[in-house]
Amino acid sequence: MSEMKKIKNLKEFSTSADRFEGANLLCPGCAHSIIVREVLNATNDDMVLSASTGCLEVCTAVYPYTSWDASWIHIGFENGSTAVAGAESMYNALKRKGRLKQPERNPKFVSFAGDGASYDIGFQWISGCMERGHNIMHVVLDNEVYANTGGQRSSSTPIGGSNTTTPAGTHSYGEKKNKKDMISIMAAHHIPYAAQVAPNKWKDMVKKIQHGFSVDGPVFINAVSPCTTEWKFDPKDTMMLTDLSTDSLVFPLYEVIDGRELNITYRPKNVVPVEEYLAAQGRFKHLFKDQYKHMIKEWQDRVDDNWAYLQRREEARV
Amino acid sequence: MAFDKMELKDIEVWDGNHAAAQALRQCQVDVVAAYPITPSTPIVEGYAKFQADNYIEGEYVMVESEHAAMSACIGAAAAGGRVATATSSQGFALMVETLYQSSGMRLPIVLNVVNRALAAPLNVNGDHSDMYLGRDSGWIQLDSYCPQDAYDLNFIAFKVCEDHDVRLPCMVHQDGFMTSHTAQGVHTLTDDEGYGFVGEYKPMNDMLDFDHPVTHGVQTEEDWHFEHKARQHNDLMTKVLPKIQTAFDDFEKLSGRKYNIVEKYDMDDADVAVVCMGTSVETAREVATEMRAKGIKAGVVGIRVIRPFPFFQVQEALKNVKAIATLDRSAPGGTVGMLFNEMAGAMYNLDTRPMISGKIYGLGGRDLTKAHLVDLYTELQANVDAGKITTPLQQFIGVRGPKLSFL
Repeated sequence: MSEMKKIKNLKEFSTSADRFEGANLLCPGCAHSIIVREVLNATNDDMVLSASTGCLEVCTAVYPYTSWDASWIHIGFENGSTAVAGAESMYNALKRKGRLKQPERNPKFVSFAGDGASYDIGFQWISGCMERGHNIMHVVLDNEVYANTGGQRSSSTPIGGSNTTTPAGTHSYGEKKNKKDMISIMAAHHIPYAAQVAPNKWKDMVKKIQHGFSVDGPVFINAVSPCTTEWKFDPKDTMMLTDLSTDSLVFPLYEVIDGRELNITYRPKNVVPVEEYLAAQGRFKHLFKDQYKHMIKEWQDRVDDNWAYLQRREEARV
Repeated sequence: MAFDKMELKDIEVWDGNHAAAQALRQCQVDVVAAYPITPSTPIVEGYAKFQADNYIEGEYVMVESEHAAMSACIGAAAAGGRVATATSSQGFALMVETLYQSSGMRLPIVLNVVNRALAAPLNVNGDHSDMYLGRDSGWIQLDSYCPQDAYDLNFIAFKVCEDHDVRLPCMVHQDGFMTSHTAQGVHTLTDDEGYGFVGEYKPMNDMLDFDHPVTHGVQTEEDWHFEHKARQHNDLMTKVLPKIQTAFDDFEKLSGRKYNIVEKYDMDDADVAVVCMGTSVETAREVATEMRAKGIKAGVVGIRVIRPFPFFQVQEALKNVKAIATLDRSAPGGTVGMLFNEMAGAMYNLDTRPMISGKIYGLGGRDLTKAHLVDLYTELQANVDAGKITTPLQQFIGVRGPKLSFL
C-alpha cells in the first residue's frame, strides 16, 4: 500500500523532508517549484520522476548539478510521459521476474511537463500513456505559454493574451483562440482520475495527489502555475495571482473520477470578478484600452458559463 | 506464472523477421516497446504471439508511434533492464530524435532495423536509406546478410552493448523482404544456450535502485557538451570493436558460426573487389567465384560492422587490391555514397592507394542481378588494365532511361 504523508499545516509542510532542492535556477516567484514540492511531499514512497523539456527541466538538471534527490529522467520535449511509462513497464517486468533490488518498496511514477509539452507537442504521447493504462501520474505545470523559450503561445494560452507569437497590436487583441479543455480530453480516456489543482489550495492539492497515488491506472493533473515572467507580475505576487485564478473561477478546482463523476472541490466564498484577475497581469494590459474592452465581458461571460457547466455536470452525477 | 521454454529444431525454417523475434525471446528481454511498420511488423507480431502463448516473461508495450517506442525503451533502459524494439524506414525516421538521445544517455538498447526505402515517393521495399539516416546517431550498427545473421547478431548486440565498458545502443540491420521475408534454414541455439550467452542483465545507474537516486538526461551547454560527445565518440571508436571481436569469438565457440568485423571472400590475391552490405554480399560472392573462372581475380568485402566503421580492418582487407567498387544502396543526396566516402577515407593514406569508384544501386527494392555484378567486375578489370578509372566516378546500377552518372 502507498504511504501517504500526514501534514496538518503549512509549517509542517515547509519543514518536511524535501526531494526537490531549493537549489535550482527557476525564476524568483515561479510557481513550478511550489507545485513540484507539493506533489513530492504528498507521499513518503520512492519516486521515479520525469520532466519534459521546459523551464522545470532546464532549471533543475544542469550538469554537473541536479536538484533532484529521487530517480529522475529527461529525454525530450514531447516524451516525458512515455519515459516514466517505460520505467513503470520495467518495474512491472522486474517485479514479475523477482529482480527488483528493493522489492518491498512501492514507487510512484510521475511525469512533470509544461502546457506546451502536454497540450501541444506531447499530446499524442500522453494520450497513448492514458489509453494503455500505465500506473503513472502526469502533472501539467500550466503557465499557459511557452515560457522556457520566451513567451510564445501554446494551445493552453487563453484568448486575449499578448504573447510573442500572438502579440497585441493596433489591429489585434493578441491570442484569438481559447484554451484547450485538456481535462475533459484526458477524462474522455476514462482514466481513474483527472483533476485541476492550484498551489495556493495546498490541502486540496495534496488530497488530490494522494488520491491519484492510491488509484490503479493513469492519472492526469492540471496545475495552474502563474508565470511571473510571461504573465508579467511582481515575483512576490505569485500566491496573490494564484488566489485570483481560483477565486475568479478562471481556474476552477474540480476532479473527474473514471471519466464520468465530476466533483467541484473548491467554491470561493467571495467570487472575484475576472476583470481583477486580468488587471493583475501585464499580458492582458491592452484589454483595458477602449478598443479591446469588449474582451473583458467576453472573459466574464465565458468563465460564468463554464462554472455553470461544471455545476450542472456535478449535479447530474454522470 | 512462470514462462515456458520453447523446443526448437537444430535447423528451423525462418525468415529474418521470425529469426529476430526468436532471438529477442531467447534473450529474455525485460521490456519491448514497439510500433509496427512494414517490413519489420512480423518481428513485433511474432513477439506478441510468443507473449500470448506464455513464452515471454517481460513486458510488451504496444505504443502509439515509433517515437514513443524508442521513448519508452529509453525510460525502461534507464530504469535498469534489457530493452529492445524493431522498426523500418519512416518509423526509423520518426525515431531519429530519440536515437540520438538514447546513445547520448549511454543506454544499451537493441533496435532491429529491417531496412526499407524512405519516402517520397513512398516505397515499402528494401534499401539502406534508413540505415544511412542513423549513421551519425552514435549507435553501434551491425549488418545481417541473411536470416541466420539476423538471428545470431541479436545475441552479439545484447552482449556488446550491455557491457559496462560500452553502454551504447546497437542496431541489427537486415534487408527488407530479401532477408526479412525470405525463409531459409536457420541453425538455432537452445533457449538455455541463447540466454546463457547474453547472461543476466547487469544494471548500472538504474532508476529503480531507490537507495541511489540518479539523474538521467541532463542539460549541458558549451561548458560540457563537447566533452560528453567527444568521450562518447572515443568509447565508440576504441572500445566497441574489441568487444565485438570477443563476442564473435565466444559465439563461434558456442555455435560454430564465425563472424568477422569485415567479411572477406576470395580476397587473398584479389585484383578487383566489390565492397557492399546486406543481401548483396551473397550475390557478389557468387559472381566473384564465376569471374575467377573467367580469369579475373575478383573478391568481395562485406561490411559487418557499419558503426564504428572498421577503418583498419578494411585497410587490411583491401590494401593489395588495384580497383574497388563501393555499392551504396541509398540515394546520397548531393555527394558520394557513404561507403565510397568511408573507403576513400580509409584507403587514401595507404601507399598502394587503390582506385575507387562508387555505385548507387537497388533503390526502393530494385533488384541487383548477377548480370549487373558481372558488368561491374568487368569494368573494374578494365580500370586495372588501363591503370585509371575509365568510367564516371559515380554511376547508378539498374536505373532505366539516361545513365545519370556524375563526377
